[in-house]
Amino acid sequence: MDHIAAHRLDGNAAAGRLEDVFAVEITSVRATCNGCGATAAVAELTVYADAPGTVIRCPSCEAVVMRLAQVPGSTWIDLRGARTLQIPLR
Amino acid sequence: MVISRGFLGRRRDGDRGGRLPPGQYDVGDRFPVLSAGPTPHTPLERWDFTVEIGRQPAARWSWDEFQALPHEEISVDIHCVTKWSKFDTRWSGVSLDALIEAVSAPMAAFVVGFSDGGYTTNLPLADATGGKAWIVDRYDGGPLDPEHGGPARLLVPHLYFWKSAKWVRGLRLLDHDEPGFWETLGYHNRGDPWLEQRYSGD
Ligand SMILES: [Zn+2]
Repeated sequence: MDHIAAHRLDGNAAAGRLEDVFAVEITSVRATCNGCGATAAVAELTVYADAPGTVIRCPSCEAVVMRLAQVPGSTWIDLRGARTLQIPLR
Repeated sequence: MVISRGFLGRRRDGDRGGRLPPGQYDVGDRFPVLSAGPTPHTPLERWDFTVEIGRQPAARWSWDEFQALPHEEISVDIHCVTKWSKFDTRWSGVSLDALIEAVSAPMAAFVVGFSDGGYTTNLPLADATGGKAWIVDRYDGGPLDPEHGGPARLLVPHLYFWKSAKWVRGLRLLDHDEPGFWETLGYHNRGDPWLEQRYSGD
């Protein structure tokens, strides 16, 4: 095993961390828009919920910050429009 | 308008069983508005329509030039992936055949429609040509309302209505497929309502 591979783990190694952050009060998460750099709490973002999926936009520049689609058996999430998510720990 | 209402009203009493794809219901005279973002209000003097080859503009029409292109009258049923269908919708627009024939793109096998506000949707060339798709700028005898995609929208009635991109500003001809806004988020890449291709994997 080479030096790099020894440091490469599968997703299970991050599961605890991810569960910590995804089981959060999402409305208090602060998202930074990848378009204009503005930061807002999720509760302050603009949501368009009547399209096939849910589109969440920046209140400053209207760029897409997150997209969600509920399809049978799974939820799809696109976070490309969020430069960062700041997640308060409980 | 009176003629149109009579036309729609007569249809409601008649046979429509064979016209409703699986899992759909008839929304009747309503025309639901589904939006993934704010309604752009691009002034007509700033509006144009572009056909790109790859990412390079190859043809462009101003609003007035687009109005001068030969328009076809289209009366079709439309089917939204959220399960409503609407029968006998009447549009006027320019066929994609005419717009694509204006450029020379022998490599083109796929089309992406792109819109004000950043929305995109993808089509194989075979679904975009052959008299199956249009850029429409009139609905039910009047200008296309902004909430329904005006000044102009795609109309691809044989596929789910998310393919009929509102506020369309151009077509991108590509030699490869580039899945669009909903096609990259769990929705079917082609979206044939008769095959009930709602979600990826259907
Ligand atoms: Zn922004």
